Amino acid sequence: MDRSEALFETLIRLADDHLILGHRMSEWCGHAPMLEEDLAMPNIGLDLIGQSRPLYTYAGEVEGKGRDEDDFAYRRIERDYRNLLLVERPNGDFGHTMLRQLYYSAFMEPFWREAKNSTDETIAGIAAKAVKEVAYHVRHSGEWVIRLGDGTEESTRRMADAVEALAPYVDEVFADDEALDAAADLGIIPSPKNLRAEWDARIDAIFAEAQLERAQTVSISGGRQGRHGEQMGFLLADLQYVQRTYPGLTW
Amino acid sequence: MSSEIPLWEVFIRPRNGLAHRHCGSLHAADETMAIQAARDVYTRRGEGTSVWVVPSAAITASDPENKDENFEPAESKIYRHPTFYEVPDEVGHM
Repeated sequence: MDRSEALFETLIRLADDHLILGHRMSEWCGHAPMLEEDLAMPNIGLDLIGQSRPLYTYAGEVEGKGRDEDDFAYRRIERDYRNLLLVERPNGDFGHTMLRQLYYSAFMEPFWREAKNSTDETIAGIAAKAVKEVAYHVRHSGEWVIRLGDGTEESTRRMADAVEALAPYVDEVFADDEALDAAADLGIIPSPKNLRAEWDARIDAIFAEAQLERAQTVSISGGRQGRHGEQMGFLLADLQYVQRTYPGLTW
Repeated sequence: MSSEIPLWEVFIRPRNGLAHRHCGSLHAADETMAIQAARDVYTRRGEGTSVWVVPSAAITASDPENKDENFEPAESKIYRHPTFYEVPDEVGHM
């Protein structure tokens, strides 16, 4: 895999993670349990989608086939999306959504911090902006996980259920991947597997405060290869609806 | 919900050198969450460089019933406004 291939595949993986998770967050708009969160969650969603845009645009430039951000976001089939299974998981309840956000943001915070020193100038620039946004996402979701985990009987039970439900999708975040490994070797991004120890320490610290136990489970993966869960099709149907119904529509 | 989650008053300072100004209220479980919620609700468009939150319960307010005795006496004392001085043009904006 040469540099531009590794770079392209890496950009698509990162951009898809951010777009899909951002879309999931946007699904809370108008449905959050309180007004404050009805603003906070779409804010996070907008940050994520905002981060996906320069990644897609740059992927299009690297690829050199004239595809733009909309082509990647709206005009691909399910198997072409390379996002982690974690980020496409349905929202579930509020605690479930916050834990999913914490898992992903606690991975991306050190990722962007390291990527600020990328050998690729564009990625370094995107990282410099994203690192501030993701720090807030970790804080916001982490604080909720602590309060719900160490909250009422019901909130504790729901958080424990969320830990159980999301456990199978954690290993994939740090798994070996040909494109990401190649990009890491070239100094374009940090290697995900090298971020695992920091992630574990972060989650353990939050779980200790939240009185939550980590769950042991069998891992599920496939998102990086385009093999998605049964919910992904419904998500894309929503996400792509306008472009599929009125191809090329602009406003 | 309001009976379970305390109410907070939010103060935002728009720029260095200006004072924090009251801009609204919100519900949050504690001061940490209140600061986060204030950031999300009231600084979405770059309104602030600093946020204060104060438990609404900590605010002692004047009684609306005493409005007349508190505030009306000041209305008839126009001499407290320095509006009778003629400012020479050379002074410019004061």
